[in-house]
Amino acid sequence: MRIKLVPRQTHSRLMTWLTPVMALGLSLVAGTVVFYLLGYPPLQSLYAFFISPISDLYGVCELLVKASPLAMIAVGLSMGFRANVWNIGAEGQLTVGALAGSALVIYFPESNNILMLPAMLILGILGGMAWASIPAFLKTRFNTNEILTSLLLVYVAILLLSTLVHGPWRDPAGYNFPESVIFQDVATLPVIVSGTRLHLGTIFALLAIITGWILISRTLAGFQVRVSGLAPQAARYTGVRSNLMIWCVLLGAGGLAGLAGIIEVSGLIGQVQPIISPGYGFSAIIVAFLGRLHPVGILFASLVLALSYLGGEFVQIKLGLPLGIAGVFQGMLLFFLLSCDILIHYRIEIRKTSLSSSAGST
Amino acid sequence: MKKFLIAAIAAFTYAISSGLALADDPLKIGFVYIGPVGDHGWTYQHNDGRLAVEEAFGDKVQTSFVEFVPEGQDAERVIRQLAADGNKLIFTTSFGYMNPTIKVAQSFPDTYFEHCSGYKRADNVATYLARFYEARYVNGRVAGHVTKTNTIGYIASFPIPEVVRGINAFALGLRSVNPDATIKVVWVSTWFDPGKEGDAAKALIDQGADIITQHTDSPAPLQVAEERGVWAIGQASDMAAFGPRAHLTSAINNWGPYYVERTRAVMDGTWKSGDVWGGYSADMIKSSEFNAESMSAEVIADAEATIAAIRSGELHPFAGPIQDQSGNEIIGAGATLSDGDLLGMNYYVMGVEGSLPQ
Repeated sequence: MRIKLVPRQTHSRLMTWLTPVMALGLSLVAGTVVFYLLGYPPLQSLYAFFISPISDLYGVCELLVKASPLAMIAVGLSMGFRANVWNIGAEGQLTVGALAGSALVIYFPESNNILMLPAMLILGILGGMAWASIPAFLKTRFNTNEILTSLLLVYVAILLLSTLVHGPWRDPAGYNFPESVIFQDVATLPVIVSGTRLHLGTIFALLAIITGWILISRTLAGFQVRVSGLAPQAARYTGVRSNLMIWCVLLGAGGLAGLAGIIEVSGLIGQVQPIISPGYGFSAIIVAFLGRLHPVGILFASLVLALSYLGGEFVQIKLGLPLGIAGVFQGMLLFFLLSCDILIHYRIEIRKTSLSSSAGST
Repeated sequence: MKKFLIAAIAAFTYAISSGLALADDPLKIGFVYIGPVGDHGWTYQHNDGRLAVEEAFGDKVQTSFVEFVPEGQDAERVIRQLAADGNKLIFTTSFGYMNPTIKVAQSFPDTYFEHCSGYKRADNVATYLARFYEARYVNGRVAGHVTKTNTIGYIASFPIPEVVRGINAFALGLRSVNPDATIKVVWVSTWFDPGKEGDAAKALIDQGADIITQHTDSPAPLQVAEERGVWAIGQASDMAAFGPRAHLTSAINNWGPYYVERTRAVMDGTWKSGDVWGGYSADMIKSSEFNAESMSAEVIADAEATIAAIRSGELHPFAGPIQDQSGNEIIGAGATLSDGDLLGMNYYVMGVEGSLPQ
């Protein structure tokens, strides 16, 4: 008997959706082995990792809170990735968005105007867009590699945050500690499930997913994005303006990242501090690919990744497992996904070898 | 009806049995760490304090911890989860956990919280910190005796009062025995980044520093000092192993006694909110063994005498006269800076080079 990989005529749509599920399953199996080898009860550990975090309403809301920025940013990034525009700097766009929106509170800390929050959200979007416009300009004008420019601007953004929060934006009553005043009520995103931290931002994330889905599957613009990624030459012949495309996908992703940033500050942290995001901008890249660059896939991928963070905390609390476990799980998930991806373009064929051929081969 | 009765009885027995179990259950204590337990600095020492609690109370306590918790929105969830999981005493060990700790404490009035390095308290939230500056004053004196180039390299993290206070205490100690010596400061904008810290150490040595000290957590500067043949003073934990020749001494954060005391207070029902800012006298900081290979007996004796004087209250590192960088008097002879002055410190004293980033 021989097992052989045979190229498919066309890629398998079924497998495109099935491989993430297979990857998840394989990670679970491998995870069980890892837990066992480390000397922890495997089933109890898996339960603490995947079930305990979402066993009550508060937990489910926390999962949504954690997944929201990931999904929102990933939807934006996926548009760019489809069009072969590699924006790696969402973390920076998130940070500048958060700063732009928060500036309103810093300069009007006493304001009770109910327009404060909408204005902050809009400024957040504009801030993220402004930061993304730098790589867009450099790419379209000088053909600079956007991977490098967008990534390096992350560090600039984080230094900008650090400068402000250690300097002019410090809370005057805060003993010089690096944190701003606490945001007033009109600058705080409302909680939508009382007793939890689930805030309006999650609705925005959901809207982003729906909009992304309509855009990519139902509109000409979405079609053009897909074509310019798959066949840039063909796209140009059919009249797609590639520079305009680059601007659109970068500004779109920047705007969403900026919005995620200001939501994180106004919905959860409630003040500007030296650390706003634990790396959402980078994790969102994983989410985008795990979700097959498709908004619906991204929805699920963001939930899975968010759960892996929560689970990582739970196994530490409940069983004293090392933190590295969460990282191991995320790594295995990506590893298995990439390995299973071969099934999209190849199929496994099991042949019963005939006697003569097996005799010949031995 | 019958079913209901059975259910009621079942619920009742369950309640009783779990109530009984509660009486015998160990006291659950949770810790939230900013870094990895293995950083050999800040978090390592807090974890050492946790282990001291386990050693002191054995199976009467059950501790758990979550490491590498970012100071963003995640902190609140982790603290809440520890509280929800039945931990009755929770130590949150980084400044950025202050507001989340206060927030969670409101929802868990029967749980006691201890926040390290903050200034907000509540009925069930106490704060604590060590007077690290006392040890830095001693280290400054040691450096003043040992230095040949009269230039000290200081690797600093962020320009918050805590760090500025440390630099100033070091400068005051340094110049109390060697008025010609000065400090060069490099800000690395991180608490833990061995690469950056090591590079800063190299830059400072290139500028003539022959003693490197740090307010960051990795032992990298010490390793660089060992390599380049200069001296170094470690931070947070005893870092002697990373540079046996270069290492003069380390200021050790010693949380064990405080953690044990607070645990006992919860067990006795005598826990009260408050603010503890303890130094040598409270055993909250210690100096590691002085390196007899690299330091003369007189220098060691002077350092030990200084510690004794600080412990007895005879010497205060921030006793006047103190002048700022440009020579303006901050406080005159015979007076001492108050704790409030120390907590908001945002200027350099005489002897520190460069300007404080604002």
